[in-house]
Amino acid sequence: MIKDMFNKKRKYATISKQEEHEDVPEGLMVKCPSCRKIYYRKEIEKNLLTCPNCDHHHQMSAPERINYLLDDGSFQEWDEDMVSENPLEFPDYLQKLEKDQKKTGINEGVVTGQGTINGFPTAIAVMDARFRMGSMGSVVGEKIARAIEKANELNIPLILFTASGGARMQEGVLSLMQMTKTSVALERFDRAGGLFISYMTNPTTGGVSASFASLGDYNFAEPQALIGFAGRRIIEQTIREKLPDDFQTAEFLFKHGQLDRVVPRHEMKDTLSTILEIHHVGGGQ
Amino acid sequence: MKHVLPFEKPVVELRQKIAELKSFTSESDVDLTEEIATLENRLERLEQEVYGNMTPWDRVQMARHAERPTTLDYINHIFTDFMEMHGDRYYGDDEAIVGGIAKFGNQPVTIIGHQRGKDTKDNLRRNFGMPHPEGYRKALRLMKQAEKFNRPIVTFIDTKGAYPGKAAEERGQSEAIAKNLREMAGLTVPVICIVIGEGGSGGALGISVGDKLYMLENSTYSVISPEGAAALLWKDSNLAQKAAESMKITSYDLKQLNIIDDVVEEIQGGAHRDLENQSNHISKCIEDSLKELKALPTEELLEKRWEKYKKIGAVTTVVQS
Ligand SMILES: [Zn+2]
Repeated sequence: MIKDMFNKKRKYATISKQEEHEDVPEGLMVKCPSCRKIYYRKEIEKNLLTCPNCDHHHQMSAPERINYLLDDGSFQEWDEDMVSENPLEFPDYLQKLEKDQKKTGINEGVVTGQGTINGFPTAIAVMDARFRMGSMGSVVGEKIARAIEKANELNIPLILFTASGGARMQEGVLSLMQMTKTSVALERFDRAGGLFISYMTNPTTGGVSASFASLGDYNFAEPQALIGFAGRRIIEQTIREKLPDDFQTAEFLFKHGQLDRVVPRHEMKDTLSTILEIHHVGGGQ
Repeated sequence: MKHVLPFEKPVVELRQKIAELKSFTSESDVDLTEEIATLENRLERLEQEVYGNMTPWDRVQMARHAERPTTLDYINHIFTDFMEMHGDRYYGDDEAIVGGIAKFGNQPVTIIGHQRGKDTKDNLRRNFGMPHPEGYRKALRLMKQAEKFNRPIVTFIDTKGAYPGKAAEERGQSEAIAKNLREMAGLTVPVICIVIGEGGSGGALGISVGDKLYMLENSTYSVISPEGAAALLWKDSNLAQKAAESMKITSYDLKQLNIIDDVVEEIQGGAHRDLENQSNHISKCIEDSLKELKALPTEELLEKRWEKYKKIGAVTTVVQS
């Protein structure tokens, strides 16, 4: 049994196939995966991509998030052209990246830049689960580390929305090292008194959960978001026990003291704006 | 030798044969000295051939060898006056990580390391060297103490990974590791990290952020075990061998990727063959690093640490024109 444990994959959770179907499909009508009610896509979009009936939070892409959150026209993107090479020469890796670039219209799993929220300037990084399941390769790590550095340089806060299945297998140990790179960058930002807000969305697991996602001065999460270190199946196999339904949800983490607040999307902008304002008034940032 | 790895079988067989001939010679009046000499010559060549051409998969097996020295073995051979300290002050004492104070020559140091068990009973106590959050929090507590008293820190990395369990998640495995990554980055004392066995993903990272990162020749460092990678990439954990090759997880791979500072040469046939000598190799490496790092002003130490991590992976990005 214990021997078994070592032969199974574990440590880094990946996103299950289910999530892929959860995003609002293209087309006129949308069926809520949670309450099964059918809506016009436009209705859902007007409602911050949440279900008007049951408040289910649909997947939100990075461009959509930035659009909803930042003041109109305030966003300036950083490093938008940065793309991955194939450092371990994994077969088909570059083709997979290309496919996701076409599908999503972005070059990698995170969009970074600066803008304002109700007039308050901030740096922002938003991961996108549509791109290679939001996995963290060298480009994701590099862009986030640069965003931290840039926020430090500009003396503005950083808000980071996470959405990631963890490590990017095709970049192996280089992917792992992005956890360190981003954390070392955060330490410098922290030491300089920088304000860092981590906002976890579905899913935030593995290496992203075990690095910057957990290091906010304020740690928030969207309702029902899956957040955890190891994958549910791996844990069940290891401890030979069925886990409760709410295991590794935002609410579960909140109950165990690991989040400051669970923040529904409708309160996202006000919550962030209030924090930016309090820190603005308080000086320092 | 109790544990023989598949790839080293020919060596072990030949060695046994020589032993047999020797005992026969001593017990009878037939003189086989010449034959023995021939075979011993052949053994030497065979050992060089077998151990000089290890595949990544051979190294994975060596890193997991049942007799492979553990953190406490090295501590006892490299340092003096080691005194173990326990507990994270919040929840408990995780024996999958050991830590304490000791002397390296005349230099006081703090030592932290993953600790595997030597047998089943020991392994249950040590949870197979797979830490819970309290292990990482104990490590951080001891590292902050080292910083307060200006003691350099040496860490030994040897884990399959942080424990994937329910309680570990409830108590914040992610936060515990994440916090160590950030806090270690800012420690104002030299930090030297040495991978002695398996360096399994985030669980290994949690005590391996520092100024120097070394790997014993036959140790591994990876984002996921070869078995896990195979299951994930090709839905077949039997392809672990193939995964070990393509994931680039050996000391030489990591040196080539510029992730580690250097490979620490291993005794031919593996560290377990001569603990004393292997410890000397490691001592040398700690000694040289301390000499270099202690000469740096704090600010420069931290700046260099950042430069070191900043570079990793950056080379693999290009900007489209
Ligand atoms: Zn609904």
